[in-house]
Amino acid sequence: MSKRIDINNLNVYYSSFLAVEDVSLSIEPKSVTAFIGPSGCGKSTFLRTLNRMHEVIPGARVEGEVLMDGVDLYGEDVDPVTVRRHVGMVFQRPNPFPTMSIAENVLAGMKLNNKRLSKSDADDIVESALKGANLWEEVKDRLDKPGSSLSGGQQQRLCIARAIAIKPDVMLMDEPCSALDPISTLAIEDLIADLKDQYTIVIVTHNMQQAARVSDKTAFFNIAGTGKPGKLIEMNDTPTMFSTPSEKATEDYISGRFG
Amino acid sequence: MFTNQRRARVTTTQEPPAPQADAQEYSTHPGAAANRLFGGLSAGAATLILVTLAAVATFLLIEAWPAMTASSAELSDKVHWLGTESNETLLATIGFLVYGTVLISAIALLIATPLSIGIALFISHYAPRRLAQGLGYLIDLLAAIPSVVYGLWGAIVVIPVLQPFYEFLERYLGWIPLFAAADDGSVSGTGRVALSAGIVLAIMIIPIITAVTREVFLQTPTLHEEAALAMGATRWEMIKMAVFPFGRSGMIGATMLGLGRALGETMAVYMILSPGLTFSPYILQAAQHNTIASYIALQFPEANQDGVSALITMGLALFVITLLVNMLARWIVSRRADFDGAN
Repeated sequence: MSKRIDINNLNVYYSSFLAVEDVSLSIEPKSVTAFIGPSGCGKSTFLRTLNRMHEVIPGARVEGEVLMDGVDLYGEDVDPVTVRRHVGMVFQRPNPFPTMSIAENVLAGMKLNNKRLSKSDADDIVESALKGANLWEEVKDRLDKPGSSLSGGQQQRLCIARAIAIKPDVMLMDEPCSALDPISTLAIEDLIADLKDQYTIVIVTHNMQQAARVSDKTAFFNIAGTGKPGKLIEMNDTPTMFSTPSEKATEDYISGRFG
Repeated sequence: MFTNQRRARVTTTQEPPAPQADAQEYSTHPGAAANRLFGGLSAGAATLILVTLAAVATFLLIEAWPAMTASSAELSDKVHWLGTESNETLLATIGFLVYGTVLISAIALLIATPLSIGIALFISHYAPRRLAQGLGYLIDLLAAIPSVVYGLWGAIVVIPVLQPFYEFLERYLGWIPLFAAADDGSVSGTGRVALSAGIVLAIMIIPIITAVTREVFLQTPTLHEEAALAMGATRWEMIKMAVFPFGRSGMIGATMLGLGRALGETMAVYMILSPGLTFSPYILQAAQHNTIASYIALQFPEANQDGVSALITMGLALFVITLLVNMLARWIVSRRADFDGAN
């Protein structure tokens, strides 16, 4: 259910532009790892290499290794489509399919994997995924309504339900709360704490309090200047990172001196 | 100097403010006149559409009235291409023509819609950017070719090429009534049949359907595309999940635009089709079908006053069909508005 990720010497490119330079780090299973850093430092770009969504952009490519329990996701016989079925992703802005109902949204990924689902199986999956995303109580009476009829925070939890319905090994979250109000943010953070029991979670966030609240480990990314590649500055246990970081840049960023 | 200014301001505020000057300040601004003018122009343009539509409808009704109210005996006296036999009256002729128009347009749409959607998808989601751009220009260029040129090309180039293919169709699929041969056991030797007209019409409406659907597909929110891809959808699954649902109403609209052009197309059909007036389903046989527009073009030059009135009745029928098609499209588009990707 949850896997370990080891990244070795990863360089991320947009065509010839080097966006993220030489990152090596390890992500523990059943833990929450937060990526923090100023805008443009490449943390989202880096996150998107973990499910091979980066290469969706024309010209985008990587060099290096991403090992998922020892298997290189960028190995020759690896199909990015299969990788994405094992690594779920939640985006910055909630993106339920507007033409699908709430239930259909939850089942969207399942339908890709096995076309035939009995009605009762489908109902079970919808219920357990929505319960897993702490959304069941709010929507159980209107599962056939469009997903876009929900509030922003509910839509984001619907997207999480959609991602966990396919039982991924890893869950990537790209600033999942940046478009949400504080109460919805709290709901998502509670959910992340629950999901940690089952999944390896990687979250990108601009909000340092959020990183401190939800994550076990924190990685700080920084950029030397516009046009320069982003780099991993340091990574450590979250309490250590926020109390006694070993790098000056980390301390400056965390204490609000820049960024 | 600073203190002086300040003192001056303080003194003015102590005095009662001049209300008239203030009202002036809030009542006008430089853009107001232009704003009103543009609002008026735009409302005028919108009204013009309604007026034109009403004018066309009125014209058709008034001009068609004599032919519509005359008995078939009266009409057949005055109009040589109408008779008193049950299949020669004005109503029967219109029936044949409506059937022919709808049949040929349906053939055109059946061929053009999947092709156009395929081309549009290739341009928007499959082709490398530079190729996509070039292809887009080419498609737009196709739309610029006059229909009379399509007619010439169809009659001189396309039909001779298609004729052997029709024989092939008849030989292997002749058991389907659509492709059945005439009584003498062969398909039309000239190829001037409904299927030819349908194919050339399809080529003519591909550009408009492609151009509109391409724009719609390009507007699919990246968020939805990425949502599908991130779940492990292949590109085709992503298109089915995100692009088609989002572009559904646009695709229907584009198809209807194409249908509108096919229904009203005159010259190409006139030049390609060997005309006839029947309800036959045989699209590989000559002298079976004709369309309203092509029939009007055929008869108009020699028509007398009553003949023109009869032809305008046919024009009215075409107008009604087009209106119905558009209403149907509206209805389809609005049916699942709640779930529409565009909201």
